[in-house]
Amino acid sequence: MSKWSTFTDGFVKNNPTFVLVLGMCPTLATTTSAINGLEMGLATLFVLVLSNIVISLIAPMVPDKVHIPVYIVVIATFVTVLQFIMQAYTPDAYKTLGLFIPLIVVNCIVLGRAEAFANKHGVLDSLLDGIGVGLGFTVSLTVIGIVREILGSGSVFGWKFIPGDGILAFVMAPGAFLVLGYLMVLFNKYLKRS
Amino acid sequence: MEYIIIIISAIFVNNIVLSQFLGVCPFLGVSNKLSTATGMSGAVCFVITLATLVTYLLNKYLLVPFGLEFLQTIAFILVIASLVQMVEIVLKKISPSLYQALGIFLPLITTNCAVLGVAITVVTKDFTFGAESHMLNLGQAIVYAVATSIGYGLAMVLFAGLREHLALNEVPKSFRGLPIAFITVGILALAFLGFSGIV
Repeated sequence: MSKWSTFTDGFVKNNPTFVLVLGMCPTLATTTSAINGLEMGLATLFVLVLSNIVISLIAPMVPDKVHIPVYIVVIATFVTVLQFIMQAYTPDAYKTLGLFIPLIVVNCIVLGRAEAFANKHGVLDSLLDGIGVGLGFTVSLTVIGIVREILGSGSVFGWKFIPGDGILAFVMAPGAFLVLGYLMVLFNKYLKRS
Repeated sequence: MEYIIIIISAIFVNNIVLSQFLGVCPFLGVSNKLSTATGMSGAVCFVITLATLVTYLLNKYLLVPFGLEFLQTIAFILVIASLVQMVEIVLKKISPSLYQALGIFLPLITTNCAVLGVAITVVTKDFTFGAESHMLNLGQAIVYAVATSIGYGLAMVLFAGLREHLALNEVPKSFRGLPIAFITVGILALAFLGFSGIV
């Protein structure tokens, strides 16, 4: 597998949201607007890339029996680092995303990539895989955020182009499930090649 | 009165799956059949309550006095992971029949973000009771944990019932599998939106 395809697989073929259907909790909860989706995606990307690098380095030294707890501690450490960084530099985003920043620890994408990829590959491959999957996740979240923001408040990234209130339900919980469901249908129909 | 508000709010108004989006992965994963859905709800109820009790005490008597709140994420996930392991071992010895019933679901629960989510929520979030708002005390935290897992079970059982009917219908090709499941949950969540404003 070439370096380039390692990187691009995360976008369409192994898209974490629409194909693998992993990490659904933050996907549904934080995509109330395009910017929130983008921020959540980038936060996950940060943890994913760093934990992928470290896990690919320590994997040969970790006994097989305890590898899951070790990986979880590595991931939890980077999540704590991320919490500090966000509290210091982007306190607003930290407040909006709230609970879902510490919950990156139990995001199946991060542990999933560690198990399925990083512990079998070198540092460079794991770095590229982390960036690819992380960007795939970020793009998916941003797209869901854009759709929900247009339907729910008539704006994109805060730029309002439809006057009036929009359909409130799309900013609230039911809209998340409906938008994700219909986007998945479109993805299956037009992008997925069997 | 505060206990009643907590119970109604956790089961219906702020349902953990349908309005807080916690524990969605196992919710979609094991809701194919009604029997597995009830098994999973039982296991989740057990672990959430136990984990909340332990992490609440850990936070109050160890992390806060030493000013180590920033370790919450790491400490809680380790506690939950080892707790699940321990519950598995103890159940195997004490009650093999219960272990048989919950068996396959227990390891899955470590990665259920509902458990960590509830544990973090009770120690960080202020709850509103009418005019005043304050953090939960231990009793309220336990009630919140139990009520939340009842809400989880309710959503799961309702959805499993819908899904069993869905399996008998002709669904367009692109909608098959998860897309139609998401749309169904969306409609279920719309129904639950009707509870908002009760408390």
